[in-house]
Amino acid sequence: MADWKDQVEEIVFPGKISVPYFWTVGSTLSKWYVQMRDDGEIWGNRCPECGKVYVPPKIKCIDCYQDMNDWVKLPGTGTVETYTVVRYHEPTLHPKKPPFVYGVIKMDGADTGMVHFIDGVKPDKVKVGMRVEAVMAKERSGNILDIKHFRPIP
Amino acid sequence: MGQRVGIIGVGQTHHAAHRLDASGNEIIAEAVSRALDDAQLAMDDIDAIVIGNMDHFENINYVDMWATDGLGSCMKPVFKVTTGGTTGTTVGACAYYHAASGVFDVVLAVGWEKNSESDTQAAIATCANPVLERDPFAGAIGPLATEYSMYMKAYGATEEDAALVAIRDRNNALNNPYAHNRMKVTVEDVMNSPMLSYPVKFLDMCPRSDGACAVIFAGESKAKKLCDRPAWVHYSIVRHDYTHFGDLEWQWMPTLERASAQAYKKCGISNPLKEFDVAELYLPCSTTGVKWMDSLWFCDKGGAPKLIRSGATNMDGILPINPSGGVIATNPIGATALIRVGEAAWQIMGRAGDRQVPRVKKALATGFGGCSWTDLFVLGADLP
Repeated sequence: MADWKDQVEEIVFPGKISVPYFWTVGSTLSKWYVQMRDDGEIWGNRCPECGKVYVPPKIKCIDCYQDMNDWVKLPGTGTVETYTVVRYHEPTLHPKKPPFVYGVIKMDGADTGMVHFIDGVKPDKVKVGMRVEAVMAKERSGNILDIKHFRPIP
Repeated sequence: MGQRVGIIGVGQTHHAAHRLDASGNEIIAEAVSRALDDAQLAMDDIDAIVIGNMDHFENINYVDMWATDGLGSCMKPVFKVTTGGTTGTTVGACAYYHAASGVFDVVLAVGWEKNSESDTQAAIATCANPVLERDPFAGAIGPLATEYSMYMKAYGATEEDAALVAIRDRNNALNNPYAHNRMKVTVEDVMNSPMLSYPVKFLDMCPRSDGACAVIFAGESKAKKLCDRPAWVHYSIVRHDYTHFGDLEWQWMPTLERASAQAYKKCGISNPLKEFDVAELYLPCSTTGVKWMDSLWFCDKGGAPKLIRSGATNMDGILPINPSGGVIATNPIGATALIRVGEAAWQIMGRAGDRQVPRVKKALATGFGGCSWTDLFVLGADLP
């Protein structure tokens, strides 16, 4: 041990803070989730000023600060813009066991990409530019995992 | 390069215990949109943004990242500030410094909190030193109860004196459409409400709320151009103390004494009770509405009970305090102190609706937080 530690009895208190949290989804995202849950559809919202379509939806247009009440139904298909194959195990963070793939999917009919899992394909077969479609979960409860994953369009 | 600064717009949400209709991002957007409307500005007119909250109340870090759309901060300079209960006034002070420096002209200050998203007391406890004081002394109520016990013993202040403050603020809130708790209460109601921690009872204490507030500061020439009656910032001051709870001088409120003494000196105020027309004070508990009057130099040491009993701080008194209903009516913590600044500004701008005090030319606003820290603003209708 280094001599600068000789004079210290090292005491460390263990602690655990247990605080429950409840996050309000809010009017914009709850609309989005209800569409996914009830109808299995993915919608975006469009800026009335610049016309940009966001998915997931935005509260306000990030460029124009306009209200975003103009909803657009998307076909649920898109293109893989980028991805990674996760090979480390982080059970508190990831709902899937490695190896699995997640990435950014540029949704058809929208101007933004959304992040999600890419599955139904071997990880080493995923490619940038691959055409994919959303696979909805059978049991849906109004959250991001109502989209089970995206899979290649055959 | 430095410039004088005025407040030209204020917006706030309708505050409530649970705003389950709106996410954090959406309450931010609600306050910001209302402030822009109040100032008749568009987001393009905003040169910089300062925002604050306490992350452990929501367990989502970096509001300056995930609320970019609601805040309108995309590709703008945005600064996040967190100082506990004072967050709102510190956000305001930072926005003021930004504009006063002359580096930025129109600066948006935003404070917000979704206190419904966690256990507020448990989250507050995380600011107490975990290896020394968290177990025996953490939380908001105990320390406030302790300081008033000492003041009662020293000066003969009573629980009823605190109850007078509670009914003043709570009944004032009936005139404020944005307030969270709007209920008519009597001294008996307060005295009969459940004891939380002697001598603090349920109706003495602030709630925790969901809400947001936005205030727009502008440099002198812009402020004159954009607003017919800006609330000019005459002074802004921040004072911190505390290393441990036991270090505090419980009989006084040293940061409030020092901050207010300095501000009055700089602003040429010799009799604050007479010279201010209204005060919006961060009084988290009715007991502080007694004890801290000494520390604001509104009376001699120990004179607060007499001052409160006289009605001098009621709406028809010489210095109306908290026409909005104050903190014991509404407490979205990261917004709470900025609401004080916004309400004081609206009083000067003549936009305070049913809670408007007539002919306000000079207003005082304070923030309380960290542990016994003070932020303070002096606002005026005339240029400083």
